Amino acid sequence: MSTVNPATRLGDLVRHRVPAQPAGPQPSRSSAVSLRGAGVRVGGRALWSGVDLEVGAGEFVAVLGPNGVGKSTLVKMLLGILPPAAGEVRVLGEAPGRAGHRVGYLPQRRSFDASLRIRGTDIVRLGLDGDRWGVPLPVPARFSAWRRAARDRIADVVELVGASAYAHRPIGECSGGEQQRLLIAQALVRDPELLLLDEPLDSLDLSHQGAVAALIGRICREAGVSVVMVAHDVNPILPWLDRVVYIAEGGAVAGRPQEVITTETLSRLYGVPVEVLRTSDGRLVVVGQPEPPAVHTDRHGEGGRP
Amino acid sequence: MNWADASAGWSWNPLTDLQQIWAFPFMVNAFRAGTVVAVLAAVMGWFMVLRRQSFAGHTLAVVSFPGAACATLLGIGAGFGYFAFCVGGALVIAAIPRAGQGGSGQESALTGTVQAFLLACGFLFVALYKGFLGGVNSLLFGSFLGITTDQVVVLTIVAALALGVLAVIGRPLLFASVDENVATGRGVPVRALSVAFLVLLGTATAEASQITGTLLVFALLVMPAAAAQQLTARPATSLALSVLIAIAVTWTGLIAAYYSPYPIGFYVTTFAFAGYVLARATRTLTAAVGRHRMVGAGALA
Repeated sequence: MSTVNPATRLGDLVRHRVPAQPAGPQPSRSSAVSLRGAGVRVGGRALWSGVDLEVGAGEFVAVLGPNGVGKSTLVKMLLGILPPAAGEVRVLGEAPGRAGHRVGYLPQRRSFDASLRIRGTDIVRLGLDGDRWGVPLPVPARFSAWRRAARDRIADVVELVGASAYAHRPIGECSGGEQQRLLIAQALVRDPELLLLDEPLDSLDLSHQGAVAALIGRICREAGVSVVMVAHDVNPILPWLDRVVYIAEGGAVAGRPQEVITTETLSRLYGVPVEVLRTSDGRLVVVGQPEPPAVHTDRHGEGGRP
Repeated sequence: MNWADASAGWSWNPLTDLQQIWAFPFMVNAFRAGTVVAVLAAVMGWFMVLRRQSFAGHTLAVVSFPGAACATLLGIGAGFGYFAFCVGGALVIAAIPRAGQGGSGQESALTGTVQAFLLACGFLFVALYKGFLGGVNSLLFGSFLGITTDQVVVLTIVAALALGVLAVIGRPLLFASVDENVATGRGVPVRALSVAFLVLLGTATAEASQITGTLLVFALLVMPAAAAQQLTARPATSLALSVLIAIAVTWTGLIAAYYSPYPIGFYVTTFAFAGYVLARATRTLTAAVGRHRMVGAGALA
């Protein structure tokens, strides 16, 4: 990760006070996520504030920024796990946490314990009905329409993410990329309108990063699912992105990546000179981006426990 | 072997033997209690192994020893002591914040501290109650003698209640056990479920302790569940297997203990251990055969 991550980062946009796009004010109609002047505090510390963001239906939005600025916290706020400290937050037209299964979530994670003896399909299945009380009766599928429907739905979504070959194996024995595909299937199984993904490419090697990014981009385009993805490196998802949100210490900016990945915008955001370079194959590299003091040690505590 | 000498009629005919054993009311009660305890312990143990809370389970079991000793000292039934201390211990462990999945060093250290202190208290209670020393062995290592019909009824009611509650919270509990973060995101009350499960686990250990003794409670809590999870990764199947293994080791343990002068705790634990070793070996073998086949198929292709 050290080769790509610390230096490579995308930049973008327009200070949040400036309307991100000309078509800015059409939020209430069909936006999947709407933040107005939102801020969040964790443990008494304000992570960021004054964030405005509209994610339209079927849009692919990346949340970017240095480690420890509160990217995961943004996702937790959208899930309703953390209350916003200020501003207004709507998710699919409702208060956060109210939209239920219309939101699919993939947390930031280390991989499953290798000794966990639960099949991949069971993990996907928990996404379908794991929050229901009671236990399913062991009725054979041929006597129960609901069980048949559940089985078919799971098979479909496993097929969609290309995990059919290993979905029956214990999840602990699957590779990081395989686990990530199964978890995307789990997030998708209830046919959500919005996917919240927290660094889904993080634990994958480069070739798998490209494949999983393509999968998410395809789901977004073909199924019209809105995607909000926290990312550490923008390059694997750049081709599919509609918008990026860049969080820095205190504030955030949002806008189209093409318009805003510029030396000027990022320098303005950080308040220090930053340079955006484009490599010959189109990858973006941000040079001179300030990192918070605890660079890589706090990655997994990010947002949760400062 | 000892069976041959001590057997007042071990006939190698299971039906005759069981008839002979069940001619004694105390043995019938032992089988009833053992079966109830095996089912409850296997189911709770299955979740415990999945949640990696074996140490908490062990602590609850150890805590049941001072419970029973305290109850005996106070002159009330040992059963009350088992339940009071185990459920109390469960609430204490539940109050310790669980930092992320995979447990934390702090949880282990705190749990261990509580465990050691209460074990010492148990020893004090035994010392205070001078005439009771003979009972210490059966408290620690189990006994199947002298289980009354009333006790069987209490065990059954408690087990039915515990399993009923588990049936209600089972699926969200499984979700929260395997995937805490996603479950939280879906609105599953992860923390409340964790507390509820620990209380249920306390109940199960209190019951199991009465058969296997407080030190060997793992025989019924961990081993059947661990063996079953080695054999299959299907949740429903491995839960059922776990119950089957627990009943099997309890029954064979009871039979062996009936025909020999040695304690039941030893037999139940040994049979459960054998079950685990077999399960592990089976899995290793299947994996090896699977790899071999795949390599073979690859070579052919």
